[in-house]
Amino acid sequence: MFELIRANRRRALVLMILMVALMVGLGYALGGAFLGSPVTGVGLALVAAFFIGIGSWYGGDAMILQASGARRIKHDDHPVLFNIVEEMTIAAGLPKAPEVYIIDADAANAFATGRDPEHAKIAVTAGLLERLNRDELQGVIGHEMGHVANRDILYMTLATVMLGAIVMLADLGVYGVFLGGMGGRRRTSSDGGGQGQMILLVVALALMILAPIFAQLLYFALSRRREYLADASSALYTRNPEALARALEKISSSSVPLPRANRATAGLYIANPLKPSKRGLADLTSTHPPISERVRILRSMAGEAGFAGYATAFSQVTGRTVGVKGLGIIAPGQPDSMPLPAHAEPSLASHGERVRASTDALWRARGYRFIACPCGNTLKAPPDFPKNTVICPNCGREHQVK
Amino acid sequence: MIGGWIGIGVVVLLILMMIGMYNALVKLRNQVKNAWAQIDVQLKRRHDLIPNLVETVKGYMRHERQTLESVTAARQQAINLSGGSVAEQAKAENMLTQTLRSLFAVAESYPDLKANQNFLALQEEISSTENRISFARQFYNDSVMNYNNKIQMFPSNFMAGMFHFKPSESFEIEAPAEREVPKVSFPGGGGS
Repeated sequence: MFELIRANRRRALVLMILMVALMVGLGYALGGAFLGSPVTGVGLALVAAFFIGIGSWYGGDAMILQASGARRIKHDDHPVLFNIVEEMTIAAGLPKAPEVYIIDADAANAFATGRDPEHAKIAVTAGLLERLNRDELQGVIGHEMGHVANRDILYMTLATVMLGAIVMLADLGVYGVFLGGMGGRRRTSSDGGGQGQMILLVVALALMILAPIFAQLLYFALSRRREYLADASSALYTRNPEALARALEKISSSSVPLPRANRATAGLYIANPLKPSKRGLADLTSTHPPISERVRILRSMAGEAGFAGYATAFSQVTGRTVGVKGLGIIAPGQPDSMPLPAHAEPSLASHGERVRASTDALWRARGYRFIACPCGNTLKAPPDFPKNTVICPNCGREHQVK
Repeated sequence: MIGGWIGIGVVVLLILMMIGMYNALVKLRNQVKNAWAQIDVQLKRRHDLIPNLVETVKGYMRHERQTLESVTAARQQAINLSGGSVAEQAKAENMLTQTLRSLFAVAESYPDLKANQNFLALQEEISSTENRISFARQFYNDSVMNYNNKIQMFPSNFMAGMFHFKPSESFEIEAPAEREVPKVSFPGGGGS
């Protein structure tokens, strides 16, 4: 496990260097095109990269959660989700349970972020809570806990913020070229000596279009393996690969896209959250291995829930004889054939109960107060409710709003 | 001259390797200790939840006094033995699991109780605690396995011998039938 974590740190460093290099290249192009001095552009890019680095180390997770519309919840807001997170924390042997967030969306998806296990956050959509039963949800949370335990979250958070910055800068640049290009043409033709500048502009434009694609390629090349590894970790923690397989099937069978996800944050999620039409090149490079393949690997692990068991199943299904090491798994003496324990009957078994629980969690996450009336009605008071008392519309009893 | 430097280099490298191995062993041993402590934390959590459960259920199940008393007695027994040997402790905790299981089975025939929000919440908390206990045991066993492997495998076995790292015992439950517990199952809970 330690070797794996170290390897992940090394990869994170390489990725950051390459990302910064891309940003410097972009700065060179933008500086040359707009400021008349590529060196100034490079300088500005380095300064920007520095601040983005610092910023995303301390606030990258908050930024990502904000951009995804995630709200923090407490134990009583959704006890089942909260308990599952704590169960998986114990199974992974992590010192502290991650903070739990909920996203108000019909799509079924989840992600983890934060810079280390002590500052980890796990976010799930309401749609996920509605569709999955307790065991399946445990499989998904186990997958996210795998990202936390393997220190993927630092890498994913830094890369996401960096990628977001590059995409934004490039968009800004392209926009600027088109706007500036219109006004600048007359000047260029009257000067007569604008050919050099024209070439520079073309190069800059090409770079601006290519930079985000390169950044995405880089990100995705390194993120696919993490998904396999997190699946393997989930199976190790829950000893129940079948539940994760079923969860992945349910997630992939619902084609609802996640509205708040974008090109930069797509790589974070357990399954690709983008609309098929929006995916474009991202699908070629593929953030995520095909779900059908992940499901088949999990299904052929029967009875062997350890990392080695996953690696065997991986080679069987894909035909690629990637050993345990090839998956980034270097863990001598991991339990290979642990008996799968019998699992308890899950709470929130019916779909109706799950819908109610996840909607309640969304209300509570928004600060609504719940008042149970003895007549069986439950009143929900908004956080800015102006009065101290409220009357139940069903039976006319008066209640205190605390 | 060069030979001398190479010699010093080799010695320094060896010392660094030994420090690394020693630290890895300490880390694993602490992990085993922490994992053991986590089991106790979760067992205590279960003990703390039971009085609430009994209190909630009492009003509904007037004719099931014996079931409730056996849960309370099993809890007391488990608390009394929590300082005892691993085998005793495991036996008492399994007893508690059995009595809880029969309590939840009996609860099935009380529809009013099953509609009680408090009861449902406690049922989720207790079943989650059962899960936590078995996950804590699972992690403890995995940690013990890693630690013992490290102690026995070359070359760290030399360091382990030198500094008296002793292998730990994994958590086993005697009777094969009890191996799968504790997992409370709530009949009629539905689901898959």
